[in-house]
Amino acid sequence: MSADPRFDGPGPDDIFATALSQGRFVIQRCRACAASRFPPALVCAVCGSADLDWVEASGLGQVYATTIVRERDGAYNVAIVALEEGARMMTRVDGVVPADVRIGLKVRARIATDPTPHVVFAPAEGESR
Amino acid sequence: MSPLRGRAAIVGVGNTRRWNAPGRTPFDQAQEAALLALEDCGLGLKDVDGLFCAISSSGLPVLNMAEKLGVRPRHADGTMVGGASFLFHLQTAVSALVHELCDVALIVYGSNQLSAGGRLVSMPDPQPYEAPYRPRYPISSYALATSRHMHDYGTTREHLAEVALAARAWANLNPDAFARGPLTRAEVLASRMISDPLTKADCCLVTDGGAALVVTRAERAKDLKAKPAYVLGTGAAVSHRQIAAMPDLTTTAAAESGRRAYEAAGVGPAEIDHVMVYDAFTITTLIFLEDLGFCPKGEGGRFVAGGAIAPGGSLPVNTNGGGLSCNHPGMYGLFTVIEAVEQLRGACGERQVAGCATALAHANGGVLSSQATAILGNAAAL
Repeated sequence: MSADPRFDGPGPDDIFATALSQGRFVIQRCRACAASRFPPALVCAVCGSADLDWVEASGLGQVYATTIVRERDGAYNVAIVALEEGARMMTRVDGVVPADVRIGLKVRARIATDPTPHVVFAPAEGESR
Repeated sequence: MSPLRGRAAIVGVGNTRRWNAPGRTPFDQAQEAALLALEDCGLGLKDVDGLFCAISSSGLPVLNMAEKLGVRPRHADGTMVGGASFLFHLQTAVSALVHELCDVALIVYGSNQLSAGGRLVSMPDPQPYEAPYRPRYPISSYALATSRHMHDYGTTREHLAEVALAARAWANLNPDAFARGPLTRAEVLASRMISDPLTKADCCLVTDGGAALVVTRAERAKDLKAKPAYVLGTGAAVSHRQIAAMPDLTTTAAAESGRRAYEAAGVGPAEIDHVMVYDAFTITTLIFLEDLGFCPKGEGGRFVAGGAIAPGGSLPVNTNGGGLSCNHPGMYGLFTVIEAVEQLRGACGERQVAGCATALAHANGGVLSSQATAILGNAAAL
């Protein structure tokens, strides 16, 4: 095999999904410039380095943008959370009615498992419900 | 200024104006538009040697179009970046023409989105980091951007309503618009919420339709039937795919595509007589007016308040009625160019912008992801 050994092993999506299925929320951090990256990819979006590390996310973040999806069978939140590490992700904020999910709300992650593992958030301790 | 400035011109436009046409495939609409565009300039299918096409439901649209039209292109481009694709095509067509990769470029699109059932034809592009949260695609992505614009700049639902009302007022001057008739502020504000803060009235139409452009080098354009719309400058930019990956939810890559187009054309926003921006949702009109320099960042809502972009206002925007009230067949981008060309020709009847010599057409694709700007001018603007 003459493939470049830097890229050996499972790809970044697979690494993320495997960790999540084991109850761990991991994100990438660039060894060259320290920028965080989510969703996973092979290179740093900030500096272009292919030298990315995997770190446990702190799970803390703030709501950056929010909407309420209105379906016939009810309404639910969809949000973008800015992680403490810097990257953003689409997610849902639970534990509070959708109308109370406001931009700037401090939130903490947990891993939901239905139907497949995915990261959701709830207001962090000390945030008014 | 770009060395390509004014070297190519849009010489033919085709618009099927069939917004609800059961029994026609996207390719039927596209073929009809192609024929209309060629007849518009007096060229024939045998003259076409550059083919540019994107169609939501087809992975190989250039091949299908070439076969159906019986053309044998020596240059082709099937770039697919959503609704902005056709302005990316236009930018590439100008370069291909000037460098003699082709002599007659046909840019073509068709859709049966309405008659096929009204849902946006979803492209095979799964988003595993969005799917678990069930956003409605694409409106929830635009709603998230709207929430941020409101938060950062104090934009209100009343500001968004101004955009919908202006679009309808223009549509009422366009006999070919799909949604015509009275529309009140109260009706817009009472519209059903779909993905907060966007309601049904903030969303573009769902229609069928077909559109096409014929583009040639400027020397040839002078000898053809219709008045040429010279391509003074183009610009394109791509920033992301998923809304969570957009660098700043209130500033799009239109700021980059617009700057490139202005620099290429050697003009600025103050010299533009007529503006077409892709209004997939009311918020996009505000953001693109900001990013293209027609008002400062964050001021879009206050800029449009009081009817500034409606008929009789200070800046004629989306004079066909836009995606909100004229037509929106899945990917609307090409229609921004068609209306710009019609305005430059002085062919717009009741909605004609007096003395229109320069026009800006801007298109958006994905979820504020791809942006492309074209600045066109008639002979007086060269």
